[in-house]
Amino acid sequence: MMRFATLIKNPADWMKGAGPHSDVVMTSRVRLARNLRGYPFPGFSQERQRIELLERARPVVEELPEMRDGYSEDYTELSKIRKQVLVERHLVSREHAARSSGCAVVVDRKQSISIMINEEDHFRIQGIRPGLNLASAFEVVDRVDTELESLLPYAFDPKLGYLTACPTNLGTGMRASVMLHLPALVLTEQINPVIKAIGKIGLAVRGLYGEGTEALGNLFQISNQHTLGEAEPEIIAQIEKVIEGVVRSEVTARAKLKEDHQTMLQDQIGRAFAILRYAHILTSKEALNLLSMLRLGADLDLVGNCDRSLIDMLLLEIQPAHLQLNAARELSPEERDSMRADLTRTRLQSIDGPGSFPPSQSNNGGPASPTNDE
Amino acid sequence: MKCDVCENEATVFLTQIINGQMTTVNLCETCSKAKGVTEETGFGLAEAFLSPSHRTESDTMEIVCDACGFTASQLKKIGRMGCPECYAAFRDGLDGLLRNMHKGTRHVGKRPSHISAVAPQMLPRQRSAPLKDAPPPPPVAPPAAPPPDVAKLRAELDLAVKEERYEDAARLKSEIESLQPKASK
Repeated sequence: MMRFATLIKNPADWMKGAGPHSDVVMTSRVRLARNLRGYPFPGFSQERQRIELLERARPVVEELPEMRDGYSEDYTELSKIRKQVLVERHLVSREHAARSSGCAVVVDRKQSISIMINEEDHFRIQGIRPGLNLASAFEVVDRVDTELESLLPYAFDPKLGYLTACPTNLGTGMRASVMLHLPALVLTEQINPVIKAIGKIGLAVRGLYGEGTEALGNLFQISNQHTLGEAEPEIIAQIEKVIEGVVRSEVTARAKLKEDHQTMLQDQIGRAFAILRYAHILTSKEALNLLSMLRLGADLDLVGNCDRSLIDMLLLEIQPAHLQLNAARELSPEERDSMRADLTRTRLQSIDGPGSFPPSQSNNGGPASPTNDE
Repeated sequence: MKCDVCENEATVFLTQIINGQMTTVNLCETCSKAKGVTEETGFGLAEAFLSPSHRTESDTMEIVCDACGFTASQLKKIGRMGCPECYAAFRDGLDGLLRNMHKGTRHVGKRPSHISAVAPQMLPRQRSAPLKDAPPPPPVAPPAAPPPDVAKLRAELDLAVKEERYEDAARLKSEIESLQPKASK
């Protein structure tokens, strides 16, 4: 089995790879909730029962063809920081990370599949892909699910579908969600009507870390609420269609910003770069919001020599647990803010920066040397 | 904005949209904690605060899932089931609840390929209450359905519970237990 350090050292498949609409869609995730017959749900079971289920199920999960030679860990063996790193990588949920005895997570080598054992349900099987690609994420979890189903007795009812701890997950047990970066819709103040419209058609909009979290860094998660009464491909097709609409609005808003408000846009991106490049204290919130602007700048070719994946890696690495893992110790919030700034200063050295772009001149790779002498 | 429960300033704003119907609840810190809003409890959250006329038909007598001991009031409080069998135990009123929550009340998606042989009703119940010495379930294959007479007794038991004939229920329950193969360990 893979070690934690090995798992984390390598960026996940979805962090490197560019997928469809990667400029707007960060990731597509699909998770299936599954339970075994004959055991109470984790929230209503005794520790002994959870451990019993874990001991029975974990070896089976580890031996699935997709999961073989992956990473597998019992939560009693995991420090708080390590668990939080897994949360920041979206490999486990916050709720799961808060649990301990009787819980485990199994992650495949490419970090594109994770199986949480004894989350709210006995199993949460998650697939994650870069860009807008829910269909491919579903394909992966569907395959893993079919394998698991042949080895363990699922709780399934012909009328109600997969039986889940919470009736909101009943039926398919599937939650498909997409992480979107929507800075232009926020800047042009179109985001609220968009969110409202999405809510009306039965999809949920949340912030970066799910339920009840703020939309930091202009990052929004959109997912289905209904799981019963529709088949998986229908649900996925509906979300993808809605997301394509949102992507179009965002792209239009970006083009309009560049066209009509270029000075304002360059100012925002320039300030974001300057602070990230030279600050010595950065809170998480400030850094996320500035990185969002820089990402927008990179996508609009307003920042020279800036690869989007560098920013996406930074979005992960500046988060509290990643910083502490990197420092190999617990850090106070003040220490984190200073180490966060150290990290962004260092990483942005390789970027030419927004420099000065004559509004009319077409972009040809930016200036060769980072001269910011305006 | 004032808290919907007390007079304090509201700091927690809960909005649920179900089938395009938006309900908003405003709460202060203390009340939100008291009502458990900070833990995400899925459905039933807004319901807990709505006026009685908005409630569903479920505020009735105490039904208990005989597989795991979970009660109807626990279900109401946390909005989650105790075990897979709870869906059979609490099936009254479930349709109405699911209709508010989902596109339909009938599953139309993926099915496990080996399950197709199971009776079109609920799954056969299985003893796995959180008792001290509950036997571990069989290692791999799903357990066989109970013999038909047990199934029939179970149906009678359900009916007895539903009709609040608790003495009959108790008798049926012990009868069923005597028929179950003693799982000894």
